[in-house]
Amino acid sequence: MADQTSPPLLRCIDTTVTIAGMPVTRQLNMAIEAGQCWCILGRNGAGKTTLLHTLAGLRAANAGRIECLKLELHKYRRRQLARHLGVLLQDQESPFPVSVLETVLQGRHPHLHTWQWETAADVEIARQALSMVGLESFDQRNIQTLSGGERQRAAIAALLAQDTQLLLLDEPTSHLDLHHRIQILERLVQHCRDSSRALVLVLHDINLAARFADRALLLLGDGVTLHGEADEVLQTGTLERLFGHPLVAVETRVGRAWLPA
Amino acid sequence: MYRLPALPLLLALAAASLLSVWFSLNTGSAPVDIREAIRTPDSTAARILWELRLPRTAAAFVTGALLGLAGALMQVLLRNPLADPYVLGVSGGASFGALLALLAGAGTAALQGSAFAGALLSTLLVFSLAHGRGSWDTTRLLLTGVVLAAGWGAMISLLLALSPAQQMQGMLFWLMGDLSYAQLPVAGTAGLLVVAVTAIFLSPSLNVMAGGELYAAARGVAVNKVRTLIYLLGALATALAVTQAGNIGFVGLVAPHLLRLAGARDHRVLIPAVILLGGTLLLCADALSRSLIAPRQLPVGVLTALIGVPMFLFLLYRSRRPDG
Repeated sequence: MADQTSPPLLRCIDTTVTIAGMPVTRQLNMAIEAGQCWCILGRNGAGKTTLLHTLAGLRAANAGRIECLKLELHKYRRRQLARHLGVLLQDQESPFPVSVLETVLQGRHPHLHTWQWETAADVEIARQALSMVGLESFDQRNIQTLSGGERQRAAIAALLAQDTQLLLLDEPTSHLDLHHRIQILERLVQHCRDSSRALVLVLHDINLAARFADRALLLLGDGVTLHGEADEVLQTGTLERLFGHPLVAVETRVGRAWLPA
Repeated sequence: MYRLPALPLLLALAAASLLSVWFSLNTGSAPVDIREAIRTPDSTAARILWELRLPRTAAAFVTGALLGLAGALMQVLLRNPLADPYVLGVSGGASFGALLALLAGAGTAALQGSAFAGALLSTLLVFSLAHGRGSWDTTRLLLTGVVLAAGWGAMISLLLALSPAQQMQGMLFWLMGDLSYAQLPVAGTAGLLVVAVTAIFLSPSLNVMAGGELYAAARGVAVNKVRTLIYLLGALATALAVTQAGNIGFVGLVAPHLLRLAGARDHRVLIPAVILLGGTLLLCADALSRSLIAPRQLPVGVLTALIGVPMFLFLLYRSRRPDG
């Protein structure tokens, strides 16, 4: 899918990320191209969220560079950057009452001029995003009255409404039930393939990762990383080393799955 | 649609503002016919109208508008609908600053500057001390604010106890707020315009900032710049209100809350609306405080506290969510 002539959406050049002195990545070199779906896997505390925030330009890398479309992240104005890349953060909560539609419309913020109202087109984009996550009839509900899973889907809809080429999602499946986990990921992946966007998913579930991602980045601890095609990277031995737990691989009708032994 | 209530709401608030101005000009210990006062410029009625009631009415409206704005801005800054410049001790800081300048014999500009410095210092203290891990914790925030307010109260009492009493405006002015000393609010009006225009300009970012700083950054808000601006504007509005009318509480809490109940949750509506409603509320409260036990006058701060305290407690009670 990736057009070889266009610059990568995101490129890490010798990127080192550390949390409180502990390395998450050491001189990481990788490129995220349009049409790709990446998953980031690692143990608790391996720094998945920190890395995602770094890739989104929400914090600076400790060394090395990160470029979005050949321009370093920190050289963008925030509004400009938010038109290229969008982030789903973990556990978003608003202290004020806001309707679901208003929340999703906030995704349009980087596209609006100062003190401009959302147009009918913006509302239409927000409604389409809501129907993609199956919340079309929830538009007037107060976000504070929604369940955890519904709030998560509303947050994903807001990210979709932001209409960026690169989507970074931190545990998009948290709070979601089994059906919605599959449905939302399927629709996200389809959406990105159809309009040649790229997805980066921080996931806990290796089976979901193997099912939906075509690229994988493993954080093996102490700054050691492994990345590449999902089929090559997601091997039983590697995953056992990654999680420090023995695994059993099973071939199923929907692909390979791993069970903790 | 969520946008529809905006215009009728703003028009209704504008009408209410005009009505409350009329009400305030008509209220006082001496009955004054406004039409007659305008027709005969040399009469006592005219003097009462132009020299007493008009300055006081203007001061009340501008002070209320400033307090409403300060409240709405601090609520975004601290991500808490219970934030109010009085409850958080910001007004106390401004009062202390103003009083200190007054005792040192400073001029008007130095007085305003000193009040502004006190408000800034106080906001900075609340901001840094109440910052829990990652997000704002209501209990911690309110405790910090209440303790700071008590501290400023003690400092104000100390200054007043040490000062020659007859030179000073009453104790109540600095602790509870009173419009009896109000003059035509020249600096206040200029300041209100600056704060209002900047806040309206910032309002789309305020909507996103209410979701948290990381969230706002991800949505394309230049967080550091906006946070600094909100912080400066909130302190400036508080300082101007305090130098005009002393330490008046709860307008900054009540006005934004009533508007959110009325559906004005979008800051592009809330900010202009809170200017009108804050002004109207304080104007009505002041007119009442002049007429309730006429010919004696209540300090208006007493009245706003009598309305604000039960409302604050109710909000605090309701903010306990069932899921903890």
